[in-house]
Amino acid sequence: MTQQKTDYLWIGVFAVLVTFAIPWFLWRDASTWLGLPVWLWWHVGWMGLASLAFALFARGAWDRGMNVDPEEVGFDG
Amino acid sequence: MAESELLVQLGVVGAYLLVALAVGVFAYRLTGRDAEDYYLASRSIGTVVLLFTTFATLLSAFTFFGGPNLAYGAGPEWILVMGLMDGILFAILWYVIGYRQWLIGKFQGYVTLGEMLGDRFGSTRLRALVAGVSLFWLFPYVMLQQMGAGEAIVGLTNGAIPYWVGAALITLFMIVYVVLAGLRGVAWTDTIQGLFMLSVVWIAVVWVLTNAGGLGTVSSSLADTKPEFLALGGGLYSPQWMISTAVTIAFGVTMFPQINQRFFVAKDARVLKRSFALWPILVVLLFVPAFLLGTWAAGLGVSVPEGSNVVPVLLNAYTPGWFAALVVAGAMAAMMSSSDSMLLSGSSYLTRDLYRPFVNPDASEEREAWVARLGVAAFAIGTFVVSLFRPGTLITVGDTAFGGFAQLALPVMVALYWPKTTRQGMLAGIAGSQLYYVAHVFIPSITLGGVTLFGATYFTWDFALYGMALSLVLTVGGSLLTTADADERADTFTVGSRAD
Repeated sequence: MTQQKTDYLWIGVFAVLVTFAIPWFLWRDASTWLGLPVWLWWHVGWMGLASLAFALFARGAWDRGMNVDPEEVGFDG
Repeated sequence: MAESELLVQLGVVGAYLLVALAVGVFAYRLTGRDAEDYYLASRSIGTVVLLFTTFATLLSAFTFFGGPNLAYGAGPEWILVMGLMDGILFAILWYVIGYRQWLIGKFQGYVTLGEMLGDRFGSTRLRALVAGVSLFWLFPYVMLQQMGAGEAIVGLTNGAIPYWVGAALITLFMIVYVVLAGLRGVAWTDTIQGLFMLSVVWIAVVWVLTNAGGLGTVSSSLADTKPEFLALGGGLYSPQWMISTAVTIAFGVTMFPQINQRFFVAKDARVLKRSFALWPILVVLLFVPAFLLGTWAAGLGVSVPEGSNVVPVLLNAYTPGWFAALVVAGAMAAMMSSSDSMLLSGSSYLTRDLYRPFVNPDASEEREAWVARLGVAAFAIGTFVVSLFRPGTLITVGDTAFGGFAQLALPVMVALYWPKTTRQGMLAGIAGSQLYYVAHVFIPSITLGGVTLFGATYFTWDFALYGMALSLVLTVGGSLLTTADADERADTFTVGSRAD
């Protein structure tokens, strides 16, 4: 995959993470699971997913996004 | 309330605050006297400490008391707003603004946002404007902590100790602490307090659930008394409100002096990366239980007296007095450390961006340190006095401050990424949006020919969002219409040499 494609991919991922941080498709839904609203479980899962996505981004595209070489900032990780 | 119980509660609160103070004094002995060490702990902060010190700075009266109060009054959807705002948007901005500032700061040695922008655009006026605007909006946010502490003590002691005592107590601790400790001390206590609050809030959840008959009982009593709370949205929670609040607060947070200055302190990029990925997890771990406590209190029919907070009242009803006191002490300590961070960063804005360039360029280091400490004391006393008048709820006061900071965020982002940004563009973007925002905060709404001006919203969207759009248009438009002067140095913001 070219670098530019990677950039667009990450922008897309971030956009999806932002858009569904509030589960709009559950609007006015009051169903519960294990005593808590279903939308709250969505929130918990979504934050987990976001954390995973952020970790992958930090590993693969972090310096690329700022146009720096890892050596330049004295660290690669 | 029994006399002995009151004594136990006050003993717990007092002891906790003293321990926090001791940590500060210990850090003080390790802190050097130069600015990089006092304000930035020599750019040596590691992952856990950076994560928690940033987190604890957010862990203020706004999140800890204001959030549960809101969940108690309007339902738990505030969890989603905080998730979008803090877990996702702020994390992305952490990278987009934070990492870039860290890179620039590392190469150029900046300590404050105003210094960075002033140097880049060759303008002490811009530097002073950024510092002045920041200090202006910092005022209500520090005040918020004092209000939170005052209300916490009222709630804990059922009004036996009046509001002003709590507010005064936290003011005193705040001043002593900042004057002594420096960032190292603040960061250490933030970490201890962040971990403490995280554990204690979960213990509180388990304890309340156990004594109230289990999650099933609590949940069904919520469904009986407040069925509306289970459904997503409704009432206060319109999509427009949720989005506006999340966006303005997330952008505002990045421009808070104490948060923005954190962008300069990380030891290396790894620290920033790890914090970035752990952020949403931390948000879930803290906010879900904290706001559920407020929600359940509503379901259980706990009644909260006027002018106090739901968390201490709920804990008093369902857990022993000493535990409620411990949580309140922890929350107060957390607010104290948020305020310490704010005052510390505020004092660096005051001395470096205002005092030195305008009042006394030749001030000795010692004199500057004195000005910083006096400034902190004066600022904290000022906010204390205004907090006595209770100018709004915790959420409204906080929201106003966040919105004010949010007006700075887009011009700063433009400057960080667009080399053609000019000084005139920056001045227009920042001054213009601030004028717009201040007018909307202070001028009462009026209706002219069917259109409401200076109201809370335009077309159902928060006025702060329009201010942000205005700041963007003015910055970009102003930059396109003017040319950069010779002393504007776009190259200071160039990071990285890797060719595309």
